[in-house]
Amino acid sequence: MKYIDEFRGEGPARGLAAAIAREADPAREYRIMEFCGGHTHAISRYGIADLLPASVRLIHGPGCPVCVLPMGRVDSAIELALEHRVMLLAYGDCLRVPASNGLSLMKARARGADVRMVYSTQDALRFARENPGREVVFFAIGFETTTPATAVAVLQAEREGLANFSVFCNHVLTPPAIAHIVGSPAQAPEVAIDGFIGPAHVSTVIGSLPYERFARDHGKPVVIAGFEPLDVMLAIRMLVAQLNDGRSEIENEFTRAVTPEGNLKAQRLVAQVFELRDSFEWRGLGVLPASALQLNQRYRAFDAELRFRLAPRAVPDNKACECGAILRGRKRPSHCRLFATVCTPENPMGSCMVSSEGACAAHYTYGRFRDAA
Amino acid sequence: MCLAMPVLVLELTGGDQAIVALGDVRKEVSLALVEDVQPGDYVILHAGYALQKLDRDEADRTLALFAALAQMEAT
Amino acid sequence: MSRSRKDWPRPLDFRDGRVDMTHGSGGRAMAQLIEELFLEAFDNQYLRSLNDQACLAVPPGRLAMATDAHVVSPLFFPGGDIGSLSVHGTINDVAMAGARPLYLSAAFVLEEGFPLADLRRIVQSMALAARQARVPIVTGDTKVVESGKGDGVFITTTGIGVIPEGVEISGDRARPGDRILVSGTLGKHGVAVMACREGLEFASHIRSDTAALHGLVAAMIDVAPGIHVLRDPTRGGLATTLNEIARASGVGMMIEEVRLPVSGEVAAACEFLGLDPLYVANEGKLACICAPRDAERVLAAMRAHSLGAKAALIGEVTEDPNCFVQMKTTLGGRRMVDWLSGEQLPRIC
Repeated sequence: MKYIDEFRGEGPARGLAAAIAREADPAREYRIMEFCGGHTHAISRYGIADLLPASVRLIHGPGCPVCVLPMGRVDSAIELALEHRVMLLAYGDCLRVPASNGLSLMKARARGADVRMVYSTQDALRFARENPGREVVFFAIGFETTTPATAVAVLQAEREGLANFSVFCNHVLTPPAIAHIVGSPAQAPEVAIDGFIGPAHVSTVIGSLPYERFARDHGKPVVIAGFEPLDVMLAIRMLVAQLNDGRSEIENEFTRAVTPEGNLKAQRLVAQVFELRDSFEWRGLGVLPASALQLNQRYRAFDAELRFRLAPRAVPDNKACECGAILRGRKRPSHCRLFATVCTPENPMGSCMVSSEGACAAHYTYGRFRDAA
Repeated sequence: MCLAMPVLVLELTGGDQAIVALGDVRKEVSLALVEDVQPGDYVILHAGYALQKLDRDEADRTLALFAALAQMEAT
Repeated sequence: MSRSRKDWPRPLDFRDGRVDMTHGSGGRAMAQLIEELFLEAFDNQYLRSLNDQACLAVPPGRLAMATDAHVVSPLFFPGGDIGSLSVHGTINDVAMAGARPLYLSAAFVLEEGFPLADLRRIVQSMALAARQARVPIVTGDTKVVESGKGDGVFITTTGIGVIPEGVEISGDRARPGDRILVSGTLGKHGVAVMACREGLEFASHIRSDTAALHGLVAAMIDVAPGIHVLRDPTRGGLATTLNEIARASGVGMMIEEVRLPVSGEVAAACEFLGLDPLYVANEGKLACICAPRDAERVLAAMRAHSLGAKAALIGEVTEDPNCFVQMKTTLGGRRMVDWLSGEQLPRIC
């Protein structure tokens, strides 16, 4: 596969591993957070940690929109399907997220809910077109990579007069989440993270400019990395270099797909349809201001929360759950009492275990042999 | 929500749609989020939409860097 | 000697006819279905006697018996259908004991309203698969459930076979140092079915690999009767199979990603769907664990057989009280190949 296989080569991986080993100072620690769940997955799945010197520590961030989706929101989606009897459409990642009372969308389907998986919002529109007598709701989740697809669907639904189509919107934003992790500029030195691997595909849409403030105001370098393991390793090398030099800049490793301004057309479409929510709950992080989107005034008619008058539901996590600390880099999965005992991918207790890219799920599925050693 | 991949645009099928290929697998996807895409271009595909055109010069530059690193290690 | 046709007022309408409740009631309609469809297709001396059982001659030795219910959806997919799958699947389960499959039975649960045209297609496919494998379907059963209580058709097949003297193949016989082999490329069946089921418009040519493996197994045992483990990696893929064996044997495993045979098409389809080929079902492949001294010979025997042309040695069994299956990645790092968590769903994340 072109532009994929070449970014997974063993030869360059060894070359990068050697370069990083040479350039990293064994006397200090390089605490690097990869924000994006996709990067967490790539790191675990290729065993990249094995190729790095001990001084480089990778911390898995909260950039997994399934993981940070509060259980209460999944409960609402289930309510739409089971009680309001809508046709509920969702990406595959959502179907097994556990909600309250031992339910998930998948389990709700077993109880008769009409829940279907889609690959694209275009599929969602098609279902709405083909079922004019049914209410069809798209369960929209995702960061800025995925939001434009929902915007396109809403605009198309308006053009076509698809009155039976609506969106249950849970789109969230990346810079506010990073901001929450780094805290205020004054707090920055205490934050247990030295630099960030910036998300690949979010950056394709938003560009590299939105990260400038983290480098400038908080002194944390950010290197935007492509999705493949060699991209991640090159970005780590670039971060190590910055930290050695005492620089804090935004650098772009993923130059083949990311520009400073990003995809302006996608951004325009999103701005046309959505507006900022005052605040939104992120599982594991708490309520964050100005961190999520809702449909704006003009497109309220397509807002499922309004159409079906969904009541907000707050569902607290287990008190022993350490996701908050893990997401901020202060603890590791194996430090949590619940990890691999009560909390497993089959029975996740907190956001870090919910999808295969959460820090705990990735460690459990790909890396827990290291704890046993 | 990051899973995206570079795919080759094979043909434009009208109404903002195009047929793309990843290896031997073909699929019809939407170009609603990009502009100026032609058959022969590579685009980054996510959830049924092209998000950005792949800059092949930049891709080659990055690959050359990797090749140099592999070379250095081999010697 | 065939029954006189004048018992049936009209032949079964295989073009527009549908299964109805009378076809399962034990009366004339059912008898006609059995004769005109099942007997016609499976035709052998056992079935012709129209008894409720088959009386069989069985060679001396230990018997292996396996049963499998088949509920695949969609019923028809590139490379096969529920019929061929049900024949191959049970033959393979018997063969994984090293046994030579002898006879099959087939029980059908049909949903009222199921088109007879589709049923005939399935039954003919089973008949072909059984004939090619030289394993007759000697007895069977038919039931009909009300519309809405079934998924078109469910098929349960049971098979018996005889185990050659001196062959002891079992999931708990893997030992540290043993070599792990697979007979060919991974993931074809699961991707073919998923592409079909999800209505994915992939214009790719991935077909299910469904096949009867008893000939391949016989060739392998011929050169190495001391093979320790054989298993076909169906649901849950090779990862699940290796974990099952590791746990049963109380060992660990280390496989090498670079040695895993995966075709370019399956790799691309899995990439598209966010699937890991290690967890995707196969229906015409087997995994084999054998002593180091047998590995080269077994591999050669596999490669010489049409169903093992792409066979590969992928790793070895290790000492590990945790029974972890681990893998050295293409990049040289290490990861676990854990049990499948729930059903594998395509991710976009």
